[in-house]
Amino acid sequence: MDFFHDATPGVYALAILLLPLAGFLFNAITFRSAFTRAKGHVVPLITIGVALFLSLSIFKHAAFDERPAAHEATSEGEAPVHEGAAASLADLRFRWSSRDHGMSATVIDTGALKVDAAIAIDHLTATMLVVVTLVAFLVHLYSVGYMHGDPRFSRFFAFLQLFSFSMLGLVLTDNLLLLFCFWELVGVCSYFLIGFWFEQEEPPKASIKAFMTNRFGDVGFLIGVLLVSRLFGTFDLSEIQAKLRAVAEGQAHLPALFGWTEATLLTVAGLCLFLGPMAKSAQVPLHVWLPDAMAGPTPVSALIHAATMVAAGVYMVGRIYFFFTPFVLGTIAVVGTVTALVAATIGLVHNNIKKVLAYSTCSQLGYMMLALGVGGYAAGLFHLYTHAFFKACLFLGAGSVIHAVHTEDLRLMGGLRAKLPVTYKTFLIATLALGGVPFFSGAFSKELIVEHAIQWGAGWNVARWLPAIVAIFGGALTFFYMLRLVYLTFHGAPRDAHRFDHAHESPGSMTAPLVVLAALSIFSVDWLPIPLLRGMTMPELLAPPPPLASVIAGHPPGSHEAAGLMLPFLVLVISVLVLVAGYRLYQQTYKRRAPGPEARVAQFRPLHTAFSRLYWFDEFYEATIVRFGRAAARILTAFDVHAIDAAVNGVGTAGEATARIWGAFDRIVVDGLVNLWWHASHAVSRALRRVQTGNLQDYLAFAVGGMALVTLMFLFLS
Amino acid sequence: MDAILARYFFVGAAMFLLGIFTMVSRRNAIYVLMGAELILNAAALNFVAFARYGAAARGPAGAALDGSMFAIFIVILAAAEAAVALGIVLQLYQHFPSIDVSKPNRLSD
Repeated sequence: MDFFHDATPGVYALAILLLPLAGFLFNAITFRSAFTRAKGHVVPLITIGVALFLSLSIFKHAAFDERPAAHEATSEGEAPVHEGAAASLADLRFRWSSRDHGMSATVIDTGALKVDAAIAIDHLTATMLVVVTLVAFLVHLYSVGYMHGDPRFSRFFAFLQLFSFSMLGLVLTDNLLLLFCFWELVGVCSYFLIGFWFEQEEPPKASIKAFMTNRFGDVGFLIGVLLVSRLFGTFDLSEIQAKLRAVAEGQAHLPALFGWTEATLLTVAGLCLFLGPMAKSAQVPLHVWLPDAMAGPTPVSALIHAATMVAAGVYMVGRIYFFFTPFVLGTIAVVGTVTALVAATIGLVHNNIKKVLAYSTCSQLGYMMLALGVGGYAAGLFHLYTHAFFKACLFLGAGSVIHAVHTEDLRLMGGLRAKLPVTYKTFLIATLALGGVPFFSGAFSKELIVEHAIQWGAGWNVARWLPAIVAIFGGALTFFYMLRLVYLTFHGAPRDAHRFDHAHESPGSMTAPLVVLAALSIFSVDWLPIPLLRGMTMPELLAPPPPLASVIAGHPPGSHEAAGLMLPFLVLVISVLVLVAGYRLYQQTYKRRAPGPEARVAQFRPLHTAFSRLYWFDEFYEATIVRFGRAAARILTAFDVHAIDAAVNGVGTAGEATARIWGAFDRIVVDGLVNLWWHASHAVSRALRRVQTGNLQDYLAFAVGGMALVTLMFLFLS
Repeated sequence: MDAILARYFFVGAAMFLLGIFTMVSRRNAIYVLMGAELILNAAALNFVAFARYGAAARGPAGAALDGSMFAIFIVILAAAEAAVALGIVLQLYQHFPSIDVSKPNRLSD
C-alpha cells in the first residue's frame, strides 16, 4: 500500500529509535529532581509505549501489505520451491530503504572512508522491532513493581531506555560499521545493568566478565567488518549484497587479498564476523558470561539475556545471511549444536532458578544458530521470536518467585503453586512452550528447526546427522530440566517454612506482563502452515536472502523439493515422542521417586560432576587467558611506572636543571654587571670624595696649584 | 732697566709665594691673615716697581704715580679686609672655642 512509498516509515523508525534515547537523557539529567525520584518510570514507560505502538504499526503495514515478490509466483501458501541457482540471485524480498527517500546522514566522510547512516526496513526488521519493543515495554512495566524501593530506581529506567535505544539502533541500521557501534553500545548497557547493584560482590565481577567476553568476540567481528570493507569498499549492507550478487553472477571480482580465492576470503570474513555473535549470543566456548550475568536484577535478565541482546547475535547472522559460505554455515551449525547440547546438560543439575533459565537460554540460542547453520533461515529467526516471548515470561516469573521468597535457591523453595497462582500458571504455560508441546508457539519453531536439520543431514554422511540428533535429543533434555524446575519451585512440600509463609503473589504491575507474555506463548502464530498474515505463513514472511556466497563458493544449495506435509508430520510425531520421554523421566525421578533425584545423581556421578562444574570452562579460562591477561597487565604497569613515568620525570628534571643554569647566569652575569657598575661608581666616588677635606687651607692649596698649572699652560702652550 | 725690574719681580714673587705658603700651612687664623697681608703687599710691590722702573717711567712723564697710588689703595683694602677677616675669626672663636683653622672641617664628607 502507500505506507512504504514515501519517507513515513523512516520518520516512524526515527521516532522509535530516538524516543528511548530521549527517555534516557531525561532520566539521566533529572534523576535528582523530586519528580523523577518519585516517578522515574513515567517518562520511560511513555517513550517505550509509543515506540511499541509505532513498531506495531510498521509491522502491520509490512506483514499485511507487503509481500515478498517470490510469493506472488507460487499458487498456494506453501513454501516456494527453490529455483536453480543460476536463475535468480536477485533479492526479491520486500525492502524499504531510507536512502531511497533522501533520509540518510553522513556520519564520517574523510574521502577514503565514507559512512552513511540509513535505515532499512524489511520483514525481518519489522518483526524484530515488534519483539524488541514489546518485551522492552513489558519489562519496563514489570520493573515498576520489581525495583520498587530501590534507591537508584530512576537510573535503572534510564539504563533500560539506553539499552532500548541501542538495541533498536542495531535492528534498524543498514550499515555494518554502525551495527558494530550499536553492538558495542548494547554490550556497554549490559555491563551497566548487570553491575547495577555494584555494592554487592558478584555484580561487578559478572559485568566485567560479560563485557570482556563480548569484547573478545567483538575483536573478531571488527576484523571481519574491516575485511568486508576492504573487499567491497563499503559498509552498507545493501551495497555489499549488490556487489556480492555481481560477483556471483560473474560480472565482478573481489580484490585478491593475500592471494586467496574469493571463496576463501568470504569464508575467512564470515568466520571473523561470526565471532561477534558467538560471544554476544553465548555460544560455546564464549558462553561463560551468561550464567554469571544472572547477578543482575531479574528484569535485566529477562530483557537482555533472554529476549533481546543475546538475540542480537542471531539477528545479525540473519541480516548477513547472504554472506556466509557453506563452510561458515557448517561452522555455525556445529557451534550451535555443541552449545545446545552442552548448555542443556548443565541446566540439568543447577540449583539456582535463574541459572537454570540462563543455561536454557544458552541452549535455545544454540538451537537458533543450529537452525541458521543448516539453512533454516526462517526457522531460526522464528524460534528467536517465540523464544523471546516465553523466555521473558519465564524470567519475569522467576523474578516474581524471587520477589516472593527472597532467594534464588531451588533448595529453599517448593509448594509455591498455592501461594503464587498467577505466576505458576504463566510459568507453566511458558514452560510448555519452551519444551515444544504441540499447540504452543515454541513447538512450531522447534519443529521447523528439526525439519531443516533433518533435511540438511539427509544422506550418508554420518557427521551431518549430528544437528538433527542433538536437536531431537535436546528436546527431551529441555523438557526434563524445565519440568524439574517447575517441580522444585512450585510443587511438593515447601522446604523452607519461613520463606513459604511470607511468600505472596506479586503486584499487578508484575503479573500483567506475565499474563501478556504467556498469552503470546500460547498464541502460536502459524502452527500449521495456515496462512494467517494475508496469505503468508511465517516462514514466507521471513524468506531467506539469495544464497550468494554459496554460489561463489561453488556449492549452490540444491533445490529442496517441498516435502509436502510428510516431513512436518514425521517431525511432529518425533517431537511428541521426545516430550513423552522427557516427561516420563521427570515423572519417575520427581513424582514417583523411583529412583529419586539423589539416586539418579549417583547413577551418573561423573557426568553430574562435569555438568555441575560447567565442564570446567571457567577454570580453563582462568588458568589460561585470565592469567595471561593479569601478567600482561603487570608487565605493562611496570613499563608504565618505570619507563613512561621516568621519562616524564626526566623531562621535569631536565627543565629544572635548565632553569638552574639560567638562574645562575642571571645571578652572576647580569646582576654582576649591574653590581660592577655600582662598585665602580662607588670606588670612583670614594676616591674623589677625598678632595673634599673640609679644610680651608687645603682648598686654598688646590686653588693655588690649579692657578699655577694654568699659568704654566699659558706660558708654554700658547 | 729691566734687570732692576726683574729683581723687584723676584722679590715680589718670593713674597707672594711665602704668603701662599703661610696661608696654607699655618694653623692659627692670625698667622693665615698675616699670609694674606704678605700676598697683598707683594702685589703692591709689583705695582710700585712698575711705576718706578717700568715703561711708563721711561716715558716723557717721568716716574708714574699710578702705581704708588694703587699701592695706597691696596693698603686701604688690606685694612678693610683685615677688619672683616678678624670679624670672621671672632665668629669662629665663638663657635669653636679656638682659632685653629683646621677645626671647621664639617663641609667634608
